[in-house]
Amino acid sequence: MSDEVKKFLYVNRKAPYGSIYALESLEVVLIGAAFEQEVSLAFLDDGVFQLTKGQDTKEIGVKNFSPTYRALGDYDVTKLYVEEESLKERGLGIDDLQYLTYEDEDDDYKEKPSIKVVSRKEMADIMAEQDIILSF
Amino acid sequence: MSTLHIVNKSPFETINLNSCLNHVKEGDSILLIEDAVLGALAQNKLADNISEKLGEISIFALLADLSARGIGRDRLISGIKTTDYAGFVELVANNERTQSWL
Amino acid sequence: MKFGVLVNEGPYTHQAANSAYHFTKAALENGHEVERVFFYHDGVNVGTRLSVPPQDERNLQKDWTALAKKHNIDLVICIAAAQRRGLLDENEAKRQGKDANNIAEGFRISGLGQLIEMGIKSDRLVIFGD
Repeated sequence: MSDEVKKFLYVNRKAPYGSIYALESLEVVLIGAAFEQEVSLAFLDDGVFQLTKGQDTKEIGVKNFSPTYRALGDYDVTKLYVEEESLKERGLGIDDLQYLTYEDEDDDYKEKPSIKVVSRKEMADIMAEQDIILSF
Repeated sequence: MSTLHIVNKSPFETINLNSCLNHVKEGDSILLIEDAVLGALAQNKLADNISEKLGEISIFALLADLSARGIGRDRLISGIKTTDYAGFVELVANNERTQSWL
Repeated sequence: MKFGVLVNEGPYTHQAANSAYHFTKAALENGHEVERVFFYHDGVNVGTRLSVPPQDERNLQKDWTALAKKHNIDLVICIAAAQRRGLLDENEAKRQGKDANNIAEGFRISGLGQLIEMGIKSDRLVIFGD
């Protein structure tokens, strides 16, 4: 059982900074990467705000952890699914998000985008094929 | 390959139940616990959304949380079932995965 | 069947830790195993032995400690979340130069890897939060 590779999906539905969930979820993702499971991240509802670019937390005196998402590729976390309807409902588009990439070791280390915008229907399909769904 | 979705917030306060209803698959179950049981009351303004889905999925409300909030089981949207904690455990065991809509 | 339970909220502001307790108890009483209960975010506050609720109110920490003792279950408090919130065991208090520790009997402090491991080893993971 412990040798088995499971599909882990981290579901992010909360915006950063108003509560600690986004930061502490990211900490689990980083630690979990060492376990060599099949990892994906889902961003829907207010969770899409975790990936926006231009976050500046100086005036609230809290650490800006948004640059950490750029490091995920180095941890082999390369599948970040963002729900299109959630973006639209909030007046956002893909251009409002950070451009995140990973190097594809199966394709001559070519740089590829990690974020994939999916429809609500596709998001439901992704959720339905997981072994473990972590939400915080 | 069904999922047990667990919702714990009132649908009058957060969009969690609505978001859950938008992502369920046929054959899935939703369990309403804590303040989410408020959404199970018949004739509430969101009841139509819930009733619509009852053909393809099952919805349960946790009895302990209904009782704590003074909601009798005769007051629920028709088709919503009730369960105790042992039934909760059974629902978890009988679905391949659980997803908490926090 | 083997269950893993994740508790994301503290003992009094939200119902989550209370629901998690009733679920875990019911799972054990109905013949299932509980691989581990992992306390994260404010959930770590369930494990302080220094809370003193009024006598006619439930003491959730004591309930968890008793359940762990009776069924020999593993209650793990996340170290990173615990340090942020002032939850320390004896070793950690010494290491951080603090003058007290507050972990209740039956709980232990460990890393986030224990959460992932719980996910891998359990047949089902159930999450209680806000």
